[in-house]
Amino acid sequence: MKTEILKIAAAHLKPFLLILSLVVLYRGHNEPGGGFIAGLLAGMAYVIYAGAFGVSKAKQLRLAKPMFFMGFGIGIALFSGMIGLMNGADSIFTGVWTTLTFGDFSLKLGTPLLFDLGVYLTVAGMLVKVIFTVMEEDV
Amino acid sequence: MFFLPILIPLISIVLLIAFRSRLKFQQGLSILSVFIQLFAAVSILLKLSENGHLVAQSGGWPAPFGITFVADYTSAILLLAVSLVAIGSIIYSIGFVDFDRQKNGLFLLYQGLLAGVNGALLTGDIFNLYVWFEVMVISSFVLITLGSEKTQLRASVKYLVMNLVGSMLFVAAIGLLYSQLGTLNMADIAYKLRLQPVPPLVNSAIMLFFVAFGIKAAVFPFFFWLPASYPTPPIAITAFFGATLTKVGVYVMLRFYSLFAQLDVTFWQPVIFTVAALTMIFGVLMAASSYDIRKILSFHIVSQIGYILMGIGLFSVAGLAGAILFIVHNMFSKTATFMAGGLIYLYKGSYDLKKLGWIYKTKPLLAFLFLIPALSLAGIPPTPGFFGKFLLLYAGFDGAHYTITIVALGVSILTLFSMVKIWNEAMWKPEENSVDLVVKKIQPAAWTGTIIVVALTLLLGLTIGYTYDYLADAARQLLDPSLYIKAVLPEQP
Repeated sequence: MKTEILKIAAAHLKPFLLILSLVVLYRGHNEPGGGFIAGLLAGMAYVIYAGAFGVSKAKQLRLAKPMFFMGFGIGIALFSGMIGLMNGADSIFTGVWTTLTFGDFSLKLGTPLLFDLGVYLTVAGMLVKVIFTVMEEDV
Repeated sequence: MFFLPILIPLISIVLLIAFRSRLKFQQGLSILSVFIQLFAAVSILLKLSENGHLVAQSGGWPAPFGITFVADYTSAILLLAVSLVAIGSIIYSIGFVDFDRQKNGLFLLYQGLLAGVNGALLTGDIFNLYVWFEVMVISSFVLITLGSEKTQLRASVKYLVMNLVGSMLFVAAIGLLYSQLGTLNMADIAYKLRLQPVPPLVNSAIMLFFVAFGIKAAVFPFFFWLPASYPTPPIAITAFFGATLTKVGVYVMLRFYSLFAQLDVTFWQPVIFTVAALTMIFGVLMAASSYDIRKILSFHIVSQIGYILMGIGLFSVAGLAGAILFIVHNMFSKTATFMAGGLIYLYKGSYDLKKLGWIYKTKPLLAFLFLIPALSLAGIPPTPGFFGKFLLLYAGFDGAHYTITIVALGVSILTLFSMVKIWNEAMWKPEENSVDLVVKKIQPAAWTGTIIVVALTLLLGLTIGYTYDYLADAARQLLDPSLYIKAVLPEQP
């Protein structure tokens, strides 16, 4: 589908969706959201782009390396499970929390967020990989 | 240490993705990974002799709330067997499977399958069990389709549909159980079921579980997906499937029978015996009427599952020890026969018994490698199959369950018949119409893998006096679920 409207929309939606996905990722611990949904959002940014400009163009984008993100995501998720072990807990996936403070602004970080980040990257990579493969077959 | 069997395959997956273009690295890493898993399984088994059960709560949340991981003798023995068989299978695959498939993620999927199997063996939480089952189903589904040949794709549809139906029933049962008891921790469920009369809907849930695992384990009447899908991928993959997928299904049945179903023995024992008998009979009859080595062996997987079920139904020390021995012996012998069948294919270019012949004369070592696991499946001493059958039959007569025991005896004669059929046709028959051979050179790795697994089969039979102690310990633990409950929930009275 090569329409100008879609092209312009896709180019503008991509950064917006990526930022939105990061917001959804961060708020996921206490409110609706989380790694999986955020990963789908991030993946959709690339899928829409591929729909407007074609898969071959989308593949040239800087962040379009799905296999890398899938491997990296699983790696991060696993690593978040083992941080607790290194801190002396008995078991994997024991939560470790820290708070970063910049003046008035504080950010609560912990292994669950790291795990979610792993899920986020894996899901986004998976979605992009699957959809790109299917779209290529059709052409 | 306790989590190593789950963590190692997952870490290997990450590394295999990172270095997916280097084949030599992938092969080496896969072998290293299964050796570490072997080491972890041995260390778990040794630690069990101190305190019976090993329990870990992931995330540090106490038992009914967090996800519990439990190891007892049964799961430790199976972990050990899986890692041993995996060593043989991976080495065999390096020599057998074509480079295209190896480059397209064969080793990655093997590690995924192993992660699922090890997780299912160790988990003490039903929903977590479901997740591990899905990990297994997805890995095995891609393994079946790997290479995208037409027959493979056709078979994979049957495989996927059947397994999805199984998973659906599994989830339905989980929901039902949770609505009735408010917990999914296996020990907690077992504890609550022993406090009060079992609510009727819990029985429905257990029945749904039985059907779901029946599909995964390929028991009668849900077995037809197995012979339809197993023979299609390269036989190295089938060999690994035979050692893992159905065996985990039947292991879960063992666990659930011990924890939940035995509360209602009067209902469940006849059901299990009927299903066991029909599974044995139908599997072996279909095997006896096939003429393709892969088909015969696939039907045999079904038939042998019947014996394991019979041991579960008997529920005595000898019966359960026999069932566990049978699971392990099947992992070794079945995989070894598949591997030997694959070598025959490489050597002769066919799996069809009508086209084969005279292997005993031209390749005696190959004939020997097939003979040992085949005799083990038929139950000839001193192979492990004999001891497994002996224990089951002994337990059957001891518990006065004559019908099922006599069926088992009859089926083992038919098993012997179908093994002898392969032997006669492929090994002894003079080669009449020598086919234009597409002889490929058999890689040393393929020989090595087969020899490893055949040696394991022999070793299991010869060391039975020593291993029986472990099997009996495992059986005693299963007979007394209160030990399991106490280990997971130490605070309950």
